[in-house]
Amino acid sequence: MLSKRIIICLDVKEGKTTKGIKFKGNVDIGDPVAMAAQYYEQGVDELVFYDITASSDKRNIIIDVVEGVAREIFIPFSVGGGIRSLDDMHRVLTAGAEKISINTAAVKDPNLIYTGARAFGSQCIVLGMDAKKVEKTPELPSGYEVYINGGRTPVGIDAVQWARQAQDLGAGEICLNSIDADGTNAGYELTLTSLISDAVSIPVIASGGAGEPEHLRDVFKQSGADAALIASMVHYERYTVGQIKEYLAGENVPVRTFI
Amino acid sequence: MVSIIDYEAGNLTSVARALRHIGVECTITRKHDEIFASERVIFPGVGAAGEAMEIIRREGLDGVIRETIARGRPFLGICLGAQIILGESEEDGGTVCLGIIPGTAKRFAGADITIPHMGWNDISATRPHPLLAGVDPRAQFYFVHSYYPAPEKQEDIIATTGYGVSFASIIGHQNVIATQFHLEKSGRHGLRILENFCNWDGKV
Repeated sequence: MLSKRIIICLDVKEGKTTKGIKFKGNVDIGDPVAMAAQYYEQGVDELVFYDITASSDKRNIIIDVVEGVAREIFIPFSVGGGIRSLDDMHRVLTAGAEKISINTAAVKDPNLIYTGARAFGSQCIVLGMDAKKVEKTPELPSGYEVYINGGRTPVGIDAVQWARQAQDLGAGEICLNSIDADGTNAGYELTLTSLISDAVSIPVIASGGAGEPEHLRDVFKQSGADAALIASMVHYERYTVGQIKEYLAGENVPVRTFI
Repeated sequence: MVSIIDYEAGNLTSVARALRHIGVECTITRKHDEIFASERVIFPGVGAAGEAMEIIRREGLDGVIRETIARGRPFLGICLGAQIILGESEEDGGTVCLGIIPGTAKRFAGADITIPHMGWNDISATRPHPLLAGVDPRAQFYFVHSYYPAPEKQEDIIATTGYGVSFASIIGHQNVIATQFHLEKSGRHGLRILENFCNWDGKV
């Protein structure tokens, strides 16, 4: 049976992870390659590196990270943040990433999804989407609006419509982040996740709000999410990947437990 | 030396990295003499069947692949490589493929399933094979595909996986073996199968 995927998100700035992680043993805190290797050993199903570097030479830094990670771990991982062109995609994929995630750039130029999917295959192109609950209007019939620039700027596009359009343009997957739930540790936004996963046939990754293993159970049981993104609940060592999966297996959620 | 066939598409470098990790020398190549000179050949890949077959024919690689297989060299297809060794694919409005193993690559169908089939899934061996030596039946593997191999002969199916239908996730015939899942992205169990392939003499 296909397992529900647990995906860990690592924010990378200037080649270093930003969240305070204290792994047991002699791991260089803040080293994305060492962290990736740790989570790989713990049995994570996939990783996402989100590049939040602001400097102008950011692309070279993240390429070094990608190459380092690709040498150490043999599971899929994706890279997002600042990917704006086919050339950016090519560099990241060639360096060893399985997928690239585009968000703001796709809203500004939806054709980037199409050309990326044509060039590298749909399975490489993840649409990252930040959505926020708003009042339902004729322009925003689902009551969820798409935001860009790291969730700061509303763009007046309906989240469900954008998800469908991205699928039609060739996106292979949607990573759906709820701005309302993000950072709350109070659970995923189940209504939004259901709306989007019901609207498309491609896999949907739920993101934003995970704080406890119960939250993953709820999103897998109560929405059509194929995968769940987690960050702080493992970065601060409140849980290991193994503990989360053990809990989910006990709740009859299909997960990969034999690592 | 292992040759990884370079057909412009697909994530060739991932397979090369995985091979280097297990200490196997490899080269990504489309040079016919280099492929003929290697001990074994891997055809990895993601991408569409139509485009892949076009490049394979343009580069004369179809003949090279057939000849290496005829010479008894161990041959491994991964993902798209498990589809283009069949007779045809439903992809790209119907694509004539290499016809090494009789069968068709079919598209997943059904309103209830997410397409592509993406993520970690089980495999269930239908018969023993040297490639599966030491691989625990509980191991899962990473899949990402919208088409699946449907060999004509039951005897060419080595393992199956359930996703809406039960499909052949490993197929093989004599010195040819192919996995629909990504060995290079399936953690230690994937690396184990890759290692088994690199130690395989092509005999079953």
